Amino acid sequence: MPMADWLRGGRNRDKVRDDAAQWVKCPSCGEVLYRPDLSANLDVCARCSHHFRMRAHDRILSLVDGDFEEIARDILPADPLAWTDKKSYPQKLADDAEKSGMDEAVLCGFGSIGGYDVALGVMDFHFRGGTMGSVVGERLTRLIEAATLRRLPCTIFTASGGARMEEGMLALMQMAKTTAAVLRLKASGEPFITVLTDPTTGGVSASFAFQADVILAERNAMIGFAGRRVIEQTIRQRLPDRFQTAEFLLERGHIDGVVERANLKPTLERILGYARAGRERRKRAELSA
Amino acid sequence: MNPLLEREKGLLELERRIEDLRSASEGKRIDMSAEIASLESKYRQLLAELFGSLTPWEKVHMARHPRRPTALDYIAGFDAFDELHGDRMFRDDPAIVGGFARLGGHSIVAIGQQRGRDMKENLARNFGMSTPEGYRKGERLAQLAERFNLPLVTFVDTKGADPGILSEEHAQSEAIASSLEVFAGLKVPTLCVVIGEGGSGGALALAIADRVIMLEHSVYSVASPEGCAAILWGDASKADEAAAHLKLTAADLRGFGIADEVIPEPLGGAHRDPEGTVTRVLDRVGALLDILETYSLRELLDARYEKYRHLGSWRDAVAGSDGAT
Repeated sequence: MPMADWLRGGRNRDKVRDDAAQWVKCPSCGEVLYRPDLSANLDVCARCSHHFRMRAHDRILSLVDGDFEEIARDILPADPLAWTDKKSYPQKLADDAEKSGMDEAVLCGFGSIGGYDVALGVMDFHFRGGTMGSVVGERLTRLIEAATLRRLPCTIFTASGGARMEEGMLALMQMAKTTAAVLRLKASGEPFITVLTDPTTGGVSASFAFQADVILAERNAMIGFAGRRVIEQTIRQRLPDRFQTAEFLLERGHIDGVVERANLKPTLERILGYARAGRERRKRAELSA
Repeated sequence: MNPLLEREKGLLELERRIEDLRSASEGKRIDMSAEIASLESKYRQLLAELFGSLTPWEKVHMARHPRRPTALDYIAGFDAFDELHGDRMFRDDPAIVGGFARLGGHSIVAIGQQRGRDMKENLARNFGMSTPEGYRKGERLAQLAERFNLPLVTFVDTKGADPGILSEEHAQSEAIASSLEVFAGLKVPTLCVVIGEGGSGGALALAIADRVIMLEHSVYSVASPEGCAAILWGDASKADEAAAHLKLTAADLRGFGIADEVIPEPLGGAHRDPEGTVTRVLDRVGALLDILETYSLRELLDARYEKYRHLGSWRDAVAGSDGAT
């Protein structure tokens, strides 16, 4: 589908943008930023380089060359536990859809990045905090399975508060489901790359996010298993500010690199290039054998 | 404080009176059998009243009962056990125990999450909450099962993975993610028994298996009820409410197709007959291992993939139908 049509595709993204205030205050340095300028700068503060949380649509626009062939967009959330607290779960979903212009917390599809065809999944924190329920798990599993079938590298951008409580154990099981699909992708020889963005925690960090061949993180992204509050309550003391930041994880050897958003696309392109070189080398060996 | 303990006080009182009457009547001519029978009938009635039907929150407490059989109690029921230690990197996490074992005709590798039965043991075992080293130990033993071509049996009993500073620094996420990967692809038959509390990703790390069985009063949840209440409502004290929402009982999990079967417990819980419960569970484990041995490796791995592949619930806007489960 042409990119322009895809963006219109039944989503009220434009409406969201029209309603939004045109001025945004940087939470890091306090600079007041003009939203169109901020968008043009990949949602990075021009003064202090604070990385705002990016919307999945904008992320895909910033990465793919031409068209994006979205898959599994017809997979939509149900209410398996008939969950109601202050609001019903379907109402929470509807409210978030209205606010975010998303119908779930992930977009999946195919496109090319710098000429490299990839299967691309992008999570969006603005829908239910990026939590993984059945739809996120199913869409990502279909993406990973399709990448295996089409023999394509798979890249997933994570942003998640973990498993979605309102889907109970069915949400937790998405960790197992995606894991099994990742295993088959890797067995097929295709590369798996994740980019961890702010925040990546719980059931997402403890499954596919940390199963990739190459794990990159965006500058200053919060990444961990247990949430900061949970740890602080457990140990009854305040954690240092840098705890669980991408830079903290890099120092401790948990991730391959921390990348500024502006460098992300070229970095991905280079890694995809190495992967292609390896694949061509394998092909040559098979031909000469 | 476990509210079930309070509730059991009346039972304990009756138990003591029955025991007193028994010893008093022994070697004497007075026949107390009528009084004893009456007290025993009262005891059974009280037991049924107290435990005949449990709310999900009460089941959570049953799963956490201090006298409930733990992984080591089941391991003690094996015909042989040779414990193996450590993650070969940093330390031996006492919240995970494992090793070679024999059960009837089966030689296996067994791994269990071990909580303590009292405060001292709980401090030593970190309340059954594994650190990354524990998951790496489990993963190593799972790979050992594959190396030796032995079936793997796991016992799940944890509130969740350890949420501490060191666990984060030692990459708790990576440890669990890696364990999931190993269990999903393990080239031997695998069987998981949820014996107490299955808490979140910390439980799942040892729970991807060809067969998952749960004890009747065990629970298995996306987050502990306290954790869920804190996440959703910023108030861990609403855990009972969260437990009612989460659909975490063995019967719920059987309904979702996550648990393959449920093993009944004695009225009042597994701790009312620990030996009997251990025997019943291990008999079933042996029978299931017999069944799993009849499949080829290809069949096992395909079935394992399909089992997890179909878990979830969604609407398909095009097909106009509901998704799997």
